[in-house]
Amino acid sequence: MNPGTKENIAAQLERLREEAFRRQDQLRRSPLPKIHIGLATCGIAAGALETKAAFEQTLAERNIEAHVHTVGCLGHCYAEPVVIIEHPESGFPPIFYHEVSPGKAKMLTKMFIEGGDPRFEHVYGATEVNDMIPSVMDFSRFNLEKRVIMDKCGKIDPDDIYEYIAEGGYTALAKALQKPRRQIVEEIKASGLRGRGGAGFPTGVKWEMALEAAHDEKIVICNADEGDPGAYMDRTLLESNPHQVLEGLMICALAVGAQEALFYVRAEYPLAVKTLGRAIQQAQELNLLGEGILGSAFDLKVEIFEGSGAFVCGEETGLIQSVEGYRGMPRHRPPYPVQKGLNDRPTVINNVKTLALVPPIVTRGSAWFRGIGTEGSPGTAVFSVVGDVVHAGLVEIPMGVTLRTLIFDICGGIPNQKGFKAVQIGGPSGGCLPESFLDTPIDFDSLTEAGAMMGSGGMVVMDEDTCVVNVSRYFLDFTQKESCGKCTFCRIGTRHMLRILDRLTCGTALEDDLDLLSKLAKEIKAGSLCGLGKTAPNPVLTSLKYFRDEYEAHLTEGRCPGMMCRPLTAFYIDLDACARGCDACAIVCPTDAIFTTSTRKKGIDQSLCVKCAECVVACPPEYDAVRKVSPASLAPIIERPDKPVSEDDEDAATGGTPPEPGEGGA
Amino acid sequence: MENDILEKEAAIIDALREEISGNYGNDRGCMIPILQRVQNALSYLPRDAIAMVAAHLGVPVSEVYGVATFYNQFRFNPPGRYPVKVCMGTACHVKGGDIILENFERRLEIKEGETTPDREFSIERVACVGCCALAPVALIGDEVHGHMAPSKVEGLFSRIQIQKEIEERKKNESGN
Ligand SMILES: Cc1cc2nc3c(=O)[nH]c(=O)nc-3n(C[C@H](O)[C@H](O)[C@H](O)COP(=O)(O)O)c2cc1C
Ligand code: SF4
Ligand code: SF4
Ligand code: FES
Ligand code: FES
Repeated sequence: MNPGTKENIAAQLERLREEAFRRQDQLRRSPLPKIHIGLATCGIAAGALETKAAFEQTLAERNIEAHVHTVGCLGHCYAEPVVIIEHPESGFPPIFYHEVSPGKAKMLTKMFIEGGDPRFEHVYGATEVNDMIPSVMDFSRFNLEKRVIMDKCGKIDPDDIYEYIAEGGYTALAKALQKPRRQIVEEIKASGLRGRGGAGFPTGVKWEMALEAAHDEKIVICNADEGDPGAYMDRTLLESNPHQVLEGLMICALAVGAQEALFYVRAEYPLAVKTLGRAIQQAQELNLLGEGILGSAFDLKVEIFEGSGAFVCGEETGLIQSVEGYRGMPRHRPPYPVQKGLNDRPTVINNVKTLALVPPIVTRGSAWFRGIGTEGSPGTAVFSVVGDVVHAGLVEIPMGVTLRTLIFDICGGIPNQKGFKAVQIGGPSGGCLPESFLDTPIDFDSLTEAGAMMGSGGMVVMDEDTCVVNVSRYFLDFTQKESCGKCTFCRIGTRHMLRILDRLTCGTALEDDLDLLSKLAKEIKAGSLCGLGKTAPNPVLTSLKYFRDEYEAHLTEGRCPGMMCRPLTAFYIDLDACARGCDACAIVCPTDAIFTTSTRKKGIDQSLCVKCAECVVACPPEYDAVRKVSPASLAPIIERPDKPVSEDDEDAATGGTPPEPGEGGA
Repeated sequence: MENDILEKEAAIIDALREEISGNYGNDRGCMIPILQRVQNALSYLPRDAIAMVAAHLGVPVSEVYGVATFYNQFRFNPPGRYPVKVCMGTACHVKGGDIILENFERRLEIKEGETTPDREFSIERVACVGCCALAPVALIGDEVHGHMAPSKVEGLFSRIQIQKEIEERKKNESGN
């Protein structure tokens, strides 16, 4: 590359940056209030569109001028819809509001934006340190995180490429364009970056293999299939900051010498597909994609392929099969995709988060990246923490933080004063860890050693009322359905395991079922071709190892310690606590399982009850008469009277004077 | 009624045949994008549409079925006017999503994956819809309903009923 082009590249980027700063300044200097609303799928699901409409309508009604700025997601799911209001004239710093319903939006427009009163009782915190309002940075949910992948998520408008450029976007690409290929690959190798798609394969090594493959038509693919039913960080990232991923993919293509790139995004993520499509188009318009990118000799074409929703297509060879138009059945490796991938071309496949880490590494250097995280797993990791935690959502932490810090300090621990039981990490391929593992550092190797795995980054926290057998069954049910069917052990073995778990959760298990379960698990791991089958038994194996007593309770006593397995539990009404003539439970019961006893108290017909727990919620707290027990046989049998209690009697009961005890017995 | 629908479908398939032969190649890699386009237009993949795709690609109908049935995205019976989707993601499962699903099944007297005979409602299970903090979650169309409980199911149906009546009335008024 001659120095002439180098200057050209730098100059072209500079022009884009100037324009970006000009636009940014315009918004920043504007004295008008700014309302930032998170509009990723998660925010929309929580009602953010209605909230936005309420702001806009109230502003219009009252003739107030303000900027309504749509941004992506900050990852604070527990607080959605989240709104940040900047109101320079009020003298207050930017304020973070949580759970902003349309009503709250209306109120804030009137009181804060118009009246200058931020309504302290609704304030979550300020987003800047100041001496009036506590800053959110004082909260551990904010300050213990370290954001690299999600750094700009929730701050910029994902639909405006200039906002990304103003935040330093595309400088990494410009820098990479001025370097020899080999040097980019060396930088990534030196950073120690490991793939965030699950297996943790060193990214630099993968790129090097692709670089060395002699072929004219190499291709790079961003894997955004995200099949784990409990993980959603890739979607959020694509919806909140698509350009960082796109820039990473472009640098990958540049480094390995590819001129074509593909995003493989699940079709169930329509907003991500749309956002990404717009990002690609905008990049094209600014000559960041296409021919002669930024005045260099680098050409790149990027397309989107919508994946049709098969978990196994997240596996790289399955993914390739599906792009080629076949059933997404994995094939044997080697040859690895970097040697012979899509249509036999050398193909680099990287996860969304892996690629999002590339621009910061190129900009700030491998030494900086190595300074974060641990020796073996440098950098940060993103988890979607769901289940029984106070502050559920997306959390990005430096590798090496312990599970305890993540669950208790960052995510606020277990709600409702319940005890911790287990944490499931890595979704359908991962494992279930008990309390004794809470001090395990989170990194690729420690988690694998503990029997879980980084996997997709899905994390489910379970309190004492959760049944680990049931949750393991859930994951196995998922993998069993998603098995592509190629390998006998994976196809039929998982089905047998599922049958055993069905028996356990129904109380019909056989004596040697637990041994059979672990034997099958080992055989499936050994006899499966791809990662799906190899890891499918993990949730069961780990829970069997760490929670054997719970499996045994199911097996020998028909008891579910977490009281989740419905066939092993029963609801009954404590006649001493039940109020005569109160009908609260009977009204809500969806199956009419609740009848009136001869004493005008209530009883539950066990043959009709579907154990939905509605009656527990409905029973007035002053009576609190519905009990749940396991095993089901602990519930006392209350006979339904042959003749329903007559209307007149019922009127008398609910009407005035309570009848004498025993009166209705006749 | 039934015939009406079928005729409409046939017309759409004819239009799609034109569109596809103009816009898509006939190499194997086009199969999934074409199927997605067809499902987008018809909300499901009727037999005739599959046959049309097979003819376009020059492969046997069984080959197209083979691919289409492999993927969860494709459906082979029409969704209802109000498609009910119950989230079966991890967080919703832990919070009792299956109980919600059963409630819809009982209320509509159909099973998951089926459509009511009048094509008004259908039930399907979906993976995490992205608001686990609201678990358990169900969707009717695109509208998300969080913190679902069996007692809320009934409320949702009354709302739909009211909505329907309003629509009917509007239709009648504009018709007059
Ligand atoms: C059953 C199965 C599902 C997978 N699903 C995904 C996925 O959804 N997203 C992903 O990035 N990688 C997934 N992987 C891992 C990919 O095969 C591959 O290792 C990864 O995309 C490589 O990217 P990385 O090196 O950046 O991690 C899956 C693997 C298996 C075995
Ligand atoms: S292990 Fe299972 S999913 Fe993987 S190739 Fe074999 S049958 Fe298919
Ligand atoms: S648990 Fe549900 S089905 Fe059973 S009695 Fe209570 S309300 Fe009725
Ligand atoms: S709030 Fe966006 S991912 Fe949860
Ligand atoms: S699991 Fe149901 S919304 Fe995420």
